Amino acid sequence: MADLRTNFAGIDSPNPFWLASGPPTNTYGQVAKAFDQGWGGAVWKTIGEPIINVFSRYGSVDLGQNRMMGFNNIELISDRPIAENLKEIAEVKRNYPKHAVIASLMVESKQKAWHEMVKQTEDTGADGIELNFGCPHGMSERGMGSAVGQVPDYTCQIVEWVKEVATIPVIVKLTPNVTDITYIARAAVKGGADALSLINTINSIVGVDLTTFEPQPSVAGKSSHGGYCGPAVKPIALHLVSAVAGDASVKIPISGIGGIASWRDAAEFIVLGAGTLQVCTAVMHYGFRIVEDLIDGLSNWMDERGHRTLADIRGRALPRVAKWEDLDLNYHLLAHIDQDKCIKCELCWTACEDGAHQAIRRLPRNNGGPVVEIIEEACVGCNLCAAVCPVQDCITMRQVKNDYSPVTWKEYAAGKGKLAPRSEHFHTATWSPSAKH
Amino acid sequence: MSAPETLLTDAQLAANFADIAPPLTNDAALLEANQCLFCHDAPCTIACPTHIDVPAFIKKIATGNLRGSARVILEANPFGHSCARACPVEVLCEGACVLKTRDEQPIKIALLQRHATDYVLEKKLKLFEPGKRTGKRVAIVGAGPAGLACARDLRCRGHDVTVFESKPQPGGLNTYGIAEYKLKADVALAEVQDILDLGVELRTGEPVDAIEPLLKEYDAVFIGVGLGGTKQLGIPGEDLPGVTDALTFIEHLKTHPYRETTVGRQVVVIGAGNTAIDAVTQAKRLGAAAATIVYRRGEADMPCYHYEYELAKRDGCGFRFNAAPQRIIGNGSAVAGIEVRTAHGSETIPCDMVIVAIGQGSPALTWPKDNPRVFTGGDCANGGAEIVNAAAEGIAAAKRIHERLTNG
Repeated sequence: MADLRTNFAGIDSPNPFWLASGPPTNTYGQVAKAFDQGWGGAVWKTIGEPIINVFSRYGSVDLGQNRMMGFNNIELISDRPIAENLKEIAEVKRNYPKHAVIASLMVESKQKAWHEMVKQTEDTGADGIELNFGCPHGMSERGMGSAVGQVPDYTCQIVEWVKEVATIPVIVKLTPNVTDITYIARAAVKGGADALSLINTINSIVGVDLTTFEPQPSVAGKSSHGGYCGPAVKPIALHLVSAVAGDASVKIPISGIGGIASWRDAAEFIVLGAGTLQVCTAVMHYGFRIVEDLIDGLSNWMDERGHRTLADIRGRALPRVAKWEDLDLNYHLLAHIDQDKCIKCELCWTACEDGAHQAIRRLPRNNGGPVVEIIEEACVGCNLCAAVCPVQDCITMRQVKNDYSPVTWKEYAAGKGKLAPRSEHFHTATWSPSAKH
Repeated sequence: MSAPETLLTDAQLAANFADIAPPLTNDAALLEANQCLFCHDAPCTIACPTHIDVPAFIKKIATGNLRGSARVILEANPFGHSCARACPVEVLCEGACVLKTRDEQPIKIALLQRHATDYVLEKKLKLFEPGKRTGKRVAIVGAGPAGLACARDLRCRGHDVTVFESKPQPGGLNTYGIAEYKLKADVALAEVQDILDLGVELRTGEPVDAIEPLLKEYDAVFIGVGLGGTKQLGIPGEDLPGVTDALTFIEHLKTHPYRETTVGRQVVVIGAGNTAIDAVTQAKRLGAAAATIVYRRGEADMPCYHYEYELAKRDGCGFRFNAAPQRIIGNGSAVAGIEVRTAHGSETIPCDMVIVAIGQGSPALTWPKDNPRVFTGGDCANGGAEIVNAAAEGIAAAKRIHERLTNG
């Protein structure tokens, strides 16, 4: 069986699955239960001067029948006294010495306050510290959280203050609510960070009640923008993790966060450079028990593929993340419809006709044969038909070989290389409202 | 008796005995798996006698971890393949699905279970390994679901296991007695082979007449011999050619090409349990022009599951309630009819074949009830129940045997 043991910036854990800082890591009882069920580590709910929360805190976005496809919150950091949190962290670490216990911290932007907080935290025996520079709501209005993480100089400054006293690894948690996350990542590295974690939540309003005009989640008729997370944000997180992991000046480990709900999600983060994975929303939805399939699914996949350790796969997809200008313009695809699998819904036709390149032809329904076919001379291989097709492997994209050498835009614009003949945009010649479509 | 040839073609027979619940496509399985709410302390799991963690295995289908999904199923129930096809899920897991309480169809748990377990059969994955050898030896009498479930778990715990089976093939009623359109013998035997591959010694064609010699040679004995043969009606004409019992009829059907099993033009099945339904539907599917259940009590008294009754009706089978068989009427060497007593007096129902399905008798084997080294499970212990009950009892017995062998 695959070896999932992890060493992240010097922090050992039995597997790469950590609970992200949030409601699931608020108390000793939760974290101890999570470790008993298989979680490898936990980043404690952010500790700082206790706050007072509003009552309505979470908003959810459903997609069809799927609940909580996206999720947001306007909850603040821990509302429990610092001493109580630190006592419980020490107790967890004492009772679970092989698990990773990380304290997430957020205090006012003063050197003394950070020094004091870091020293107290180290007394607990915690394995590491995560600096919450990402929380986009509430705390940012008070000059903390993303207010720090959105300014490279502030980020660097506070990391330096923390590193002045810290003897355990310091992880800096980054906010995605910036124009280019790599600037902040480099600032954290400059300040001396031992590792990065990303992404924190994304600014959002999840919806509006159309009867009362109250944005959600509503607090006495009003709302505030909250941090968006859940499966919906995974693509954004994958991009930002790959951007930071691929940055030549960032040589420190990355903990991947953002919409991880299954072992497949986890594997994608790992191959894009993540050393550990942090999960919150999926646990808030289904409970700690989900870790069983995260571990089982990941190790079964690794076994099947012959990967023995996480180091064997970490960052394996990064060399394939390229600039657009370095993509091969002579790599041509053609959609292929498996007529035996086609269920004749014509979703591909309407998508291609109205939404893309008019490269599918309709055939009469009454003859019992195929109802759609690819117009090969018009198909630009865009993937839309395959994306909308409700049947697995019915529409596949096939490479059309040509005799031309690969040529990138960068080369072509510089006058090098030759373009292979390609499908021309094949606009529908006429449109008449009376035509039956 | 002369064997009437079925009038059906091979293609018709194959269609009639094809899987009544065909497997899900990958698309359908994914769609279905994603409908599962992933309940906590799930009613479906509670309803299953082997307590398969149903939400966990369904979640694994949704994440594409089919190997893990099958492991969850088979760990709890070594007969996960056959149960996916033959379990009365309407009254067990699917009957308990919370979606039913909001007027929706329950999750298709049986078909999802088949989807996951078919994957390991197709890929020939070995999910279990024998445990570290203990040197303790256990004899198991009967290679049905109870005995082999017990054998699987004992092997996983490192004990040596020898299984004695009177029939030429292992699997018990899974191999010989489940309606062909639910479970085919090749699946039953493949499922058994997975268990045997753990290093179980199987001795087929070796009936056990007495337990005492086994007790001398083995540290413990598990008895899972099932029940005895079909009970007799005790009415005149029962010995006529053209009268058979349901288990013999079904076993013949399952061990021969379909057209080699004799079926009358007008078949009467006596009894109204689940085996009677299996007999009457399969007689119809073999090509009987009419196949009728004759039952001495009323419709509401039938011991079969409601969905089995519905299936027989859909198959075009007839039902005669409150008709108590008095004698089987012969015409020379063949059956010509059955005389029944009804509320309106005696009546003769014409037929050329009678299948008796009024339950099985006690097993021939007896065993000491108070010997702490003798364990039992399955039909011979519970009086006759489902595969899943036999599996659950075999597993529970393996646990007790293991405790005895390691602490005693």
